[in-house]
Amino acid sequence: METYALLLASTLNAGTVLAIAALGLLINEKAGIVNLGAEGMMLCAALAGFVAVVHTGSDLAGFAAGAAAGAVLALIFGVLVIWLNTNQYATGLALSLFGAGFSAFVGVGYVQEKLPERPRFSIPALGDVPLLGPALFQHHPVVYLTIALVAGLVWFLYRSRAGLVLRSVGESPESAHALGYRVRRIRLAAVVTGGALCGLSGAYLSVIYTPLWVEGMVAGKGWIALALTTFATWRPARVLLGAYLFGGVTMLQFHFQAVGIEVASEFLNMLPYLATIVVLALISRNPAWIRLNMPASLGKPFYPGS
Amino acid sequence: MLKLELRPQASPIWSVASPLLALAITVVLGSLLFIALGKDPVRGLQMFFWEPVKSNYALGELMVKATPLLLIALGLAVCFRSNVWNIGAEGQFVLGAICAGGVALMADKESSRWIVLGILLAGIAGGMAWAGITAFLRDRFNANEILVSLMLVYVAVQLLVWLVFGPWKDPGGYNFPQSKTFDAITQVPRLMKGSRVSIGLLIALAGAAALWIFLFRTRAGFAQQVGGLAPAAARYAGFSSRKALWVALLVSGGAAGLAGALEVAGPVGQLTPYIPVGYGFAAIIVAFVGRLHPVGMVFSAILMSMFYIGGELAQSRMGLPKSITGLFQGLLLFALLACDTLMVYRVRWGKAADAGRKAVA
Amino acid sequence: MTDLNKRSMLKVAALTAVAAAALVGCGKKEAAAPAAAPAASAAKPEPLKIAFAYVGPVGDGGWTFAHDNARKAVEKEFGDKVATSFVEKVAESADAERNFRELVSQGNKLIFGTTFGYMEPMLKVAADHKDVKFEHATGFKQAENMRTYDSRTYEGAYMAGVIAGKMTKTNVLGVVGSIPIPEVVRNINSFTLGAQSVNPKIKTKVVWVGEWFNIPKEGEAATALINGGADVLMQNTDSSAVLQTAEKMGKRAFGWDSDMSSYGPKAHLGSAIINWAPYYIKTTRDALEGKWTGNSGIWWGVKEGAIDMVSVAADVPEDTKKRIEEIKAGLKDGSFSIWKGPIVGQDGKTVLAKDTVADDKFMSGIMFYVKGVEGKVPSGKK
Repeated sequence: METYALLLASTLNAGTVLAIAALGLLINEKAGIVNLGAEGMMLCAALAGFVAVVHTGSDLAGFAAGAAAGAVLALIFGVLVIWLNTNQYATGLALSLFGAGFSAFVGVGYVQEKLPERPRFSIPALGDVPLLGPALFQHHPVVYLTIALVAGLVWFLYRSRAGLVLRSVGESPESAHALGYRVRRIRLAAVVTGGALCGLSGAYLSVIYTPLWVEGMVAGKGWIALALTTFATWRPARVLLGAYLFGGVTMLQFHFQAVGIEVASEFLNMLPYLATIVVLALISRNPAWIRLNMPASLGKPFYPGS
Repeated sequence: MLKLELRPQASPIWSVASPLLALAITVVLGSLLFIALGKDPVRGLQMFFWEPVKSNYALGELMVKATPLLLIALGLAVCFRSNVWNIGAEGQFVLGAICAGGVALMADKESSRWIVLGILLAGIAGGMAWAGITAFLRDRFNANEILVSLMLVYVAVQLLVWLVFGPWKDPGGYNFPQSKTFDAITQVPRLMKGSRVSIGLLIALAGAAALWIFLFRTRAGFAQQVGGLAPAAARYAGFSSRKALWVALLVSGGAAGLAGALEVAGPVGQLTPYIPVGYGFAAIIVAFVGRLHPVGMVFSAILMSMFYIGGELAQSRMGLPKSITGLFQGLLLFALLACDTLMVYRVRWGKAADAGRKAVA
Repeated sequence: MTDLNKRSMLKVAALTAVAAAALVGCGKKEAAAPAAAPAASAAKPEPLKIAFAYVGPVGDGGWTFAHDNARKAVEKEFGDKVATSFVEKVAESADAERNFRELVSQGNKLIFGTTFGYMEPMLKVAADHKDVKFEHATGFKQAENMRTYDSRTYEGAYMAGVIAGKMTKTNVLGVVGSIPIPEVVRNINSFTLGAQSVNPKIKTKVVWVGEWFNIPKEGEAATALINGGADVLMQNTDSSAVLQTAEKMGKRAFGWDSDMSSYGPKAHLGSAIINWAPYYIKTTRDALEGKWTGNSGIWWGVKEGAIDMVSVAADVPEDTKKRIEEIKAGLKDGSFSIWKGPIVGQDGKTVLAKDTVADDKFMSGIMFYVKGVEGKVPSGKK
């Protein structure tokens, strides 16, 4: 039983990385923008966070640096895509490539660095409960913050006026523009916020999850986060559950091996992607369902005054 | 205040100047980067722009790199011009390599030279089948082809890994995850001795010519582009946008699959987990920088290859980090996308009225 | 995207060509200069140019780091008689061949390829350049101007096992495996045998990452092993992620390939390192003195100074430390063999009879687990 408690704990941890990035992408996509550059943003942020902790010793500085790095890259992306109306997919791809190359380039000097001893956390009293304690109550604060983030996002998107405006920009930018909203600024705000969250996820990876820096260390999690947002049909709570699911796939695989169950790991690895395709097919075939789930202007450029 | 004003039609001067300006910006930023690293910028630029073309061997290697990029980009151009966004060319490349490898593994002493044809056809079929999945899901379920094709890339890579770790592993290879080395008879014919350039180059160039004819001289090509870009107008004119979707994805899948087959039966000579090197994604850049035009893409494929090879040389001769290649490629695309704005918009100082109201100067 | 006619594209081409030529024209003079310099110092003989091709980054703190350290040792040993250089992150793909040809064209006469996947490309290039000597690590194909070299990492694994068997409290050990090739399976077995020699009750669990180098995955594999009850970990992967994860979770682990003690000061029990310097220095000397011959291969271990167990933790009991030194001495003078019967497989059947010492042929084909290891070798034979 202890093993399962620990498996749950590691799944929550693995899922947190994906969840934060996916929530950032969700904010982007709710406003109608697809940012394929998640991987590049996460890599640069991972480096920024690591470097910040190496030089200041403060994890908080690391998270802030990571979020800032993500936000800056997202800003460049946003200006290109929203004001200059460049092709979203190509620009996102360029961001991915550039971010990977840039982080590898600049990070060369930090590859041998180590961080000061990583702190351990445990919620008083709750953390000592047998089984449930290690499973749920001994995580890094960011794990709990992620859950709070989801709650906050749900409130923001579905209960606040600002969230309603954001969603309407994503559904029909033309209508929002006609109503007098500054569509492009709102979209930019969404892109930058989303970028900051992707950055936070990247920093968490290099500062807490595996406290190292090596080029390419994000190893595809940015792309998984993109899949995740779609798989979760653009709902924050589903993103969280999906993240734990996707994060759990790798841990489950290793868990099976460790207890001696033979499993073809390649097929397990395929599962998240196949599942996303299935979900896509299901929600897209009914026009009414698409309208319900996917932001209508996703990926389409907006020209004010046209 | 700088204002952007939509031009009534895209400026032809900037259409030509934009890629050049983007290249110039990349070169300038690159030089600054070299200087910041304490390296001689001119020597650095030489690595990228002179070394890869200065000898026959170097040119040959350039072509080896450019062939798959060009092939995939040609297919992608058909797609993008039809407003079908196939981001999963990498997965189609891998499937083409798998199918080609499967046929190659069947070769033995008795096989004739014609097996090469079988290998290439298998590659095309594999890529087409993989792209066909995306087409089917878009056609039948209206599923977004960008996300589906992207997801399928990962599925394809896992499939390859499973094959080389499992059923297709070389029994005499000490359990290393790779297939048997393909029999010599399966090698795609080379163009000249001493170089790895294969007939794939000729196929790619022929493809470029064929694409040019298709896009600009045939009714089908015209219908293809209209069918994608303006479905309503297409319906009115009797062109099928459904047909455009299938043609676009099958053609680009086949092209990517062919590129995969050429790689695997050419320079690599076996199936390994390292087959996916990112050509499918790099080809997207090649397509854009080449303006989705066959002649333009020939040049941009060569340019991208120069970046790849130049990056390797910069590393081995100047001690620059290998990541410089990805950096330059990303920079080039960014610069191009930004410069393209000048083609579509006019930059004005001061307040500008809405595009519709001002009389065109 | 607009349509362009052929004429404008030709203009683009011409302009690009002119721009490139102009750029390069001013640069060509630079190319001539460096070539002139060496000729001036005609008094000393030309240094032997040696090049190293690495599959990973020099900063991985593991496999490639160890090779690079040995390269520096060669420089130190031979001074200006040699000139070394390296290329890192050379993928085991179609690009490898081009990289080797490039190294040859730079005038290198002794070239090291440090991973199995370079075998075919090196063979091809070696065939075309008979005057250049090629050294391939962990491979098995040779040629007149190409030979192979490898290290007995299983000796380091055995010594780690001895320490692990003594230090474990749960009697469950974990190994993070890379790819299920004989070398790695042999290491898992040797680790287990070493632990059993001081603690017959131990069990070894194995998790396979499927790659040599993937930091997040190595960390997750380590976590899974710890979750499964292992409190001492060993790895066959190239980074320090396993050690770092052990440090994070309060367990113990070993460094692999290089001294990783600084990556996990509390968790680190010892590092099973590979020291390529003795071999690299010997082969360089052979090349300099004209004694280098191809079509051969060496497999060096503790005896030749290629393998060692270093930085053993302070809290390891004295008698265990003594045992490690005894093992090293025994391996050096040949009185001790790790793979000496009776050795029993998972099914209880004897795979090595009593007092039989396994030969190298037996060792290179090990694809079974010894008793005490849990699970099955992925697609391995019984």
